[in-house]
Amino acid sequence: MKVDWTTFWPRIVEATGETLTMVIATLIFGSIIGISFGLLLFVTRENNILENKLLFQILNVFINIIRPIPFIIFMVAISELTRLVVGTTIGTVAAIFPMTIVASFTIARVVENNLVSIDPGVIEAAQAMGASPLRIIFTILIPEALGPLILGLTFVSVSLIDFSAVAGTVGGGGLGHIAMTYGYQRFDGSVMLVTVIILIVMVQLAQWIGNTLSKKIMRR
Amino acid sequence: MIEFKDVSKTFSLGKRDVHAVKNVSLSISKGEIFGIIGFSGAGKSTLLRLVNMLERPTSGTIFIQDIDVSKLSSKDLRTRRRNIGMIFQNFNLFNSRTVAGNIAYPLKLAGTPKREINKRVKELLNFVGLADKEKDFPDQLSGGQKQRVGIARALATSPDILICDEATSALDPDTTADILKLLKKVNRDLGITILLITHEMHVIQSICDKVAVMEDGEVIEDGNVFETFTDPQHETTQRFIHSVQSDLPSKQILKEWRSSGGGKLYRVIFKGDATNDPVLSTITKKHDVDFNIVYGAVRELQEKLFGNLIVSFTGDASAVQNVLNELNTIVELEEVIENEG
Ligand SMILES: Nc1ncnc2c1ncn2[C@@H]1O[C@H](COP(=O)(O)OP(=O)(O)OP(=O)(O)O)[C@@H](O)[C@H]1O
Ligand SMILES: [Mg+2]
Repeated sequence: MKVDWTTFWPRIVEATGETLTMVIATLIFGSIIGISFGLLLFVTRENNILENKLLFQILNVFINIIRPIPFIIFMVAISELTRLVVGTTIGTVAAIFPMTIVASFTIARVVENNLVSIDPGVIEAAQAMGASPLRIIFTILIPEALGPLILGLTFVSVSLIDFSAVAGTVGGGGLGHIAMTYGYQRFDGSVMLVTVIILIVMVQLAQWIGNTLSKKIMRR
Repeated sequence: MIEFKDVSKTFSLGKRDVHAVKNVSLSISKGEIFGIIGFSGAGKSTLLRLVNMLERPTSGTIFIQDIDVSKLSSKDLRTRRRNIGMIFQNFNLFNSRTVAGNIAYPLKLAGTPKREINKRVKELLNFVGLADKEKDFPDQLSGGQKQRVGIARALATSPDILICDEATSALDPDTTADILKLLKKVNRDLGITILLITHEMHVIQSICDKVAVMEDGEVIEDGNVFETFTDPQHETTQRFIHSVQSDLPSKQILKEWRSSGGGKLYRVIFKGDATNDPVLSTITKKHDVDFNIVYGAVRELQEKLFGNLIVSFTGDASAVQNVLNELNTIVELEEVIENEG
């Protein structure tokens, strides 16, 4: 059975909105949590400005446990927790919860990796001027790493578009859900084509925004 | 101004202990340019970083302007650090900030009002000769310009002390000379005490008043640059001095000299006033002996002259001996032995 495109377009628009909501909301929450964790991971490292072996190890191990789990399995595995927090496991909001967790840990690593590439001498210079650890975090670490950090976040948002589609197939709504129910289960190639094109455009757009922003910040 | 009292610093790397600084006692007076020289791994950087407590001593005390800095709370320490500017071999500028932003940073930390910051930044840019680079980013500057920004940034909070970790080691000879000149100006015009470390003797030679030689974490020799240069006690010190002024011709030339029947060679060392009188010619004339300067130089050190000549004497054996005896009372004299060089 083929869909009737005159009535189906609004569904596509709605689904695109859902996907965007999932990705953007996850990116916002994930960035807040992930950047904090990444900074914490970096400054508590050995010989760093707020060295704390215990905190570092806890964070590090936690991230290492969560990150390798494939998203679809992770999402199902924590569904009880999702129900507890969100109240349901179906719909856009329910998808944002597991996506945020995974995004947070991925972003934490991205942030940590970018911070590690800052010349330690620069941090030392700030210390020698009498900057406090908190001051160093906000006025040195973040500005110095911002350019590559935005590229890292761009990379994460592209994989979030992917995650949102996965979430869609197991009750999360959005373009993934449309593609699955109409394109896959009802063999409607035109629906498949349209969703694929929209997803490609989204990824390109995200990449373009990220590149432009980071270029502007790195002035190159 | 800066006083190290029996200071040691040990790093533990797993089971192994690295004694980077061992029982160092040093005293640096106000207004001096004090240089610490040593080969790689001697512990110079560690010693320098003890001054602003980037590194804490394992034992001993460090007094800065009569305050025991190892006892300061971290908040007091941060305030103290504004009085100790630091510059680095790799400049360590903030790439995300402009030249002006880099210089303004320590002032912002100190809570200086914005208008004053702008004024001070302009002042400093003029002082280091970069007035037109205000809005540039560090990656648009040459090495020498970067170090000038580093110096301006270190001077922003008007410190009494400037510490320099190999400040010229990443620069070419001309730029090095410019930066050394600037450091001298910082010392002379602003009265800032400078403690610098280097592995290059010419840095010590061109701007330092005092020098300490470090080896394996210990200070093996220290004193006035002139005295240390002209009368080195330790072999390592001699090696450093030879790196800027070889006091002997090469082995090859010495060999040729001897095989062609050249006579005994003597090293004659003139210091200070002795360089003003024509000692050699007066004394040799008196005893009717000829002299031949085979090798040598007279150079300036801390505005005093220092001569090191390799000389041979020809004439009656007893007359030559008389010349040697008489010279010995005025200048330093020693025979160049066979296997030297
Ligand atoms: N943070 C550290 N942890 C462990 N060992 C260290 C540390 N810092 C320095 N060391 C060791 O202490 C010794 C002295 O190092 P330092 O950097 O002070 O030498 P240096 O004289 O400045 O050498 P260079 O001319 O190469 O800079 C070296 O053996 C070095 O490996
Ligand atoms: Mg060093």
